[in-house]
Amino acid sequence: MKNETKSNLKSVKPHKLTATDLPSVRIADASFPAPFRSGLEYSSPARGTWNIVQTGMLVPECHEIYVCAAGCLRGVVLTAAEMGLMDRFSTVAIRENNLLEGDMETLVIEGVTDIIGKLPKRPPAILVHTSCVHHFTGTDLDLIYRELRERFPDIDFADAYMNPIMRKSGLTPDQLMRRSIYKLLHEREADGDTVSIIGGDIPTQPDSDLTRMLERAGLTVREVTSCKTYDEFQKMAEAKAFISYYPDAAPGGDALAERLGRSHYKLKMSFDYDEIDETFAGLADLLEAETGRTGLKLTVDEISAKRAECEAALAETKEIIGDTPVVIDYTYFPRPFGLAKLLLDHDFNVTKVYADSVPGIDRESFETLKTERPDLLIYPTVHADMRFANTANTAADEEGCKVLAIGQKAAYFENTNNFVNVVEGGGMNGYEAITRTCALMRDAYINKKDMRGLVQIKGLGCEVCVR
Amino acid sequence: MKQTARIISTYSADVMGVCSALFELGGMVVMHDASGCNSTYTTHDEPRWFDMDSMIYISGLSEMEAIMGDDEKLIGDIEEAAAELHPKFIALAGSPVSAMTGFDYEAVASVIELRTGIPALGFPTTGMNTYIHGASMALAGIAERFVKAPGNAASGGKRNGKMRINILGLTPLDFSTNGTDASIVKWLESGGFEVVSKWVMGSTLEELSRAAEADVNLVVSASGFGAAKVLYEKFGIPYAVGVPVGNELPGLMADNIRIKVEEFAQARAEGEAPLSFEDAEISVESGIFLNGRSSGDGRSYEEGFVAVIGEGVTSLSLASSIEMECGIPAKVLCATECPDGILRECDRMTPDEDDIIPELKGAYAVIADPMYRPIVPEGVKFIELPHEAFSGRLYRDSIPDPVKDFTFCEALI
Repeated sequence: MKNETKSNLKSVKPHKLTATDLPSVRIADASFPAPFRSGLEYSSPARGTWNIVQTGMLVPECHEIYVCAAGCLRGVVLTAAEMGLMDRFSTVAIRENNLLEGDMETLVIEGVTDIIGKLPKRPPAILVHTSCVHHFTGTDLDLIYRELRERFPDIDFADAYMNPIMRKSGLTPDQLMRRSIYKLLHEREADGDTVSIIGGDIPTQPDSDLTRMLERAGLTVREVTSCKTYDEFQKMAEAKAFISYYPDAAPGGDALAERLGRSHYKLKMSFDYDEIDETFAGLADLLEAETGRTGLKLTVDEISAKRAECEAALAETKEIIGDTPVVIDYTYFPRPFGLAKLLLDHDFNVTKVYADSVPGIDRESFETLKTERPDLLIYPTVHADMRFANTANTAADEEGCKVLAIGQKAAYFENTNNFVNVVEGGGMNGYEAITRTCALMRDAYINKKDMRGLVQIKGLGCEVCVR
Repeated sequence: MKQTARIISTYSADVMGVCSALFELGGMVVMHDASGCNSTYTTHDEPRWFDMDSMIYISGLSEMEAIMGDDEKLIGDIEEAAAELHPKFIALAGSPVSAMTGFDYEAVASVIELRTGIPALGFPTTGMNTYIHGASMALAGIAERFVKAPGNAASGGKRNGKMRINILGLTPLDFSTNGTDASIVKWLESGGFEVVSKWVMGSTLEELSRAAEADVNLVVSASGFGAAKVLYEKFGIPYAVGVPVGNELPGLMADNIRIKVEEFAQARAEGEAPLSFEDAEISVESGIFLNGRSSGDGRSYEEGFVAVIGEGVTSLSLASSIEMECGIPAKVLCATECPDGILRECDRMTPDEDDIIPELKGAYAVIADPMYRPIVPEGVKFIELPHEAFSGRLYRDSIPDPVKDFTFCEALI
């Protein structure tokens, strides 16, 4: 990626927008949940959020097979290749004759069978991904998986989907993927000393509030990101309770809990002190009920100490950053407006939030900001005009920190090397998410990063899949 | 089994080929798809994405829009964006879902053109062919729509003593952005040619519109055949095929082009009947590419050969140079579309992993993208030739400029 284009770059540049032409809306005027009308979509080079290949590769020893048209295969194949995991990835290409002849079921079954026959080692599990065209042609997916399970009883098959055409109808592909991988878990007897964290791509931070609470309870904690083998992954099914905190993981956690007859607690990712206390108190109640542990709730003094720690971190960060403009995007944490509210409440100069929509869980902060900070600007990330945002801004080459970005897309659009390089919440939760965010902001303010190089890497942290 | 790939990559698809071909022309290209094509293209197929503000977008097709045939949403979105961004043209390219629903690209493009006043083209790609198919279709569309009759600027012969030439099929998918395009231009100019236009790296739409002023087209990848056909059928311009790799082939190609174009012009002047498009090709039938069965020094195919896997025109040129300079027969395993009559009898069309594997039996060496290595038999010499259209950005920093430097083939000797 260092090899920059040597043809006549920019010399045939089309119409160019200036920074003031870029689309934005004052939060006071923004509607929920979609501040912008949908239209043609642009794709920025910021690639740090994970895709379904990477999430699937979290399951140790699992093989992934995608059955799609070449145009759809291209991105997933090269995702696997960039991870160095082509030995766990195969494809079946759909061609025009398959659409005309209606032999989709045969193509999938025989294609998967052919690939299994060629693998040097039998995988314990295979995720078979079908695509948009299977949905539209009414392919009998039940028949496909039934037949594959009959042919290969020693392999666990799970249905997985790369059908972005359905992204506005029901569960999104990301949510489906986080559900699919846990379908591989077999039924096992529950162990009262064990819980499993479901659905995150990024390992839970060892000093997060969740980890601390589970340590305090003396529970064995399993998470797919730390499983080294498929057998170890299967032990996740022994959990007495499942916990998820990344919002897209919730449907998978619900489905798993229902299938195995366990409870599932959806811990909220939040930057609001009261909400943090409330969600962790709820978790403590559940764990005490399910595992018989006691004393898991934080005391008033402990809560006060944590809040004081956060206030100190915010003050220290404000002292360093001063009135430098701070911009936030939705890829950093699932609640960008919650983060904006926290920072604005502590006098940070938050000027922009990059978000194409407002997550339901973030609505309360959004509505509060509409009233209290009406001039806060929301910018889209996929609007056609955003193609020109990076070149309309010029912060990257300047000395010092002209703008501090929290998140890769914000960094790209603002063209700044002063940015927090974290995606999907970074495994943070509870009060620790606040203190860690402050530390990351201070570091980003002081130390410039190679924005161009870093944001283009697909799936930040996905090397955890290589075992 | 055909259509399966246990471990190798997938070539960039037709819809991405359209985008790559049109990237530098100041147009707006819209992929009519749900999601995914855009990020795949911009991440893996387009090395210019970070540095050059080209308007490549996706329509964001939803399930309901596809089922209800809501083309008005797409048309309205394009109108709105075009009013803001003022593209020189608008191009629509298709995906598997739009192909399935029978979306009429040409009709919708006509409506868009009527409403916006901006030239609009529709390309019925399906996402199920390789980039060659899409790029060729796109360049043909540009040739058909924008190239003007030469008028007084062309005399049908040399100008200032220089033969004028267009380079067709030049995209980063085959030539990356490492300067290979500039090396081809340099070779032509040092050989006494005047380059009229480069389709499409380093030329504007305006420069392309003057392509009919050229005496000959040089097709450097199969992506160039569509435009070559239009330029021949509309303006009678003959074409040569090949990439000037190696030490001997470039000189042979240049000489052959000069001689054959003169002969071609002479025949036309004498009123000979027009040739078919296939017969207007002036290099393959001239024998500048050796036959692949035996090398210049007599070594036979059965004694071991070199397999060159990849795009047809580049692979043919490499294979011929290897035969000439290394004394080893070489055959092409063409994994992308290539018109009939270009490859030799010994070459093979090998779109799938299972087509390639049996063709490697008896090989002395293989030249291919590194992502082919896992299917190459042990003990066979493997020379890496990264190909953007196959491995994307993965090996971009080590893609050689084979026109400037042929030493990567030294391992064969």
